[in-house]
Amino acid sequence: MAQEERTASEKADFKRELTGVVPHLRAFARGLCGRADMADDLVQETLLKAWAAQERFQPGTSMRAWTFVILRNAYLTDMRRNRFRGEYDETVAERVLTAPAGQEEPIHLADMHRALLTLPPERREALLLVGAGGFSYEEAATICDCAVGTIKSRVGRARAALNAMLAEGNIPQRSLEDSGAHRAILQELDDVAAGTNGARR
Amino acid sequence: MKSETPKNIERLPADGQPPVSAGGKEGKPAGDKDRQRPDWTNGLRQLYDSVVEEPLPDTFQDLLDQLDSKN
Repeated sequence: MAQEERTASEKADFKRELTGVVPHLRAFARGLCGRADMADDLVQETLLKAWAAQERFQPGTSMRAWTFVILRNAYLTDMRRNRFRGEYDETVAERVLTAPAGQEEPIHLADMHRALLTLPPERREALLLVGAGGFSYEEAATICDCAVGTIKSRVGRARAALNAMLAEGNIPQRSLEDSGAHRAILQELDDVAAGTNGARR
Repeated sequence: MKSETPKNIERLPADGQPPVSAGGKEGKPAGDKDRQRPDWTNGLRQLYDSVVEEPLPDTFQDLLDQLDSKN
């Protein structure tokens, strides 16, 4: 941050590291917005923003965490513009469901993905970061710009909600056609975007 | 391309701790919470890892190269 000019080798490092996290950005984006094409648009947007902000990246810190912040913010902005509807990506689930043999009796991943997409975005992202992305609670809290306790609570609630849905077989049928549910999600998004530091009320 | 694939999640731990099955979720000791990895955790990871391992469309590399060439 202190540096004005980056050396050529630092720039090359930046590009290499940024390239390296693209698959993770795609995975995070897919989990957030549920559709492959929209997720990739979001990743492109993230790359552009990350590139423009590269002077602010501290070499030696986690590129994945840094870019996830950018992606998350882009997602929240786009979501509020109503670009993403949390639609469910059938092809991903198909492929995952026909995944190689040798795993235990699988939970129905398509169900799980749909259930995931019904969670309020703040809980969904917390669960994605910790449960799927393998971030610690502390790292996830930094990415979401909130307290560690907030992340723990969001993950806990998300987990409880998913467990309940999956246990009861109470999985939403398909994408969120229900406009009521969709409105509720957008409402929550406003809350999230308005008070990203966890002090929402 | 990638040096290693983190795909091989241990789905059947051999340490005597049976995986939590979809059916048996009652009577879980409360203290076990942090350690338990219910099915959805594997599922989430699988969803995530499956995307990570997808071949990348060229568009991303193209975009970065394009940005790079402008500097």
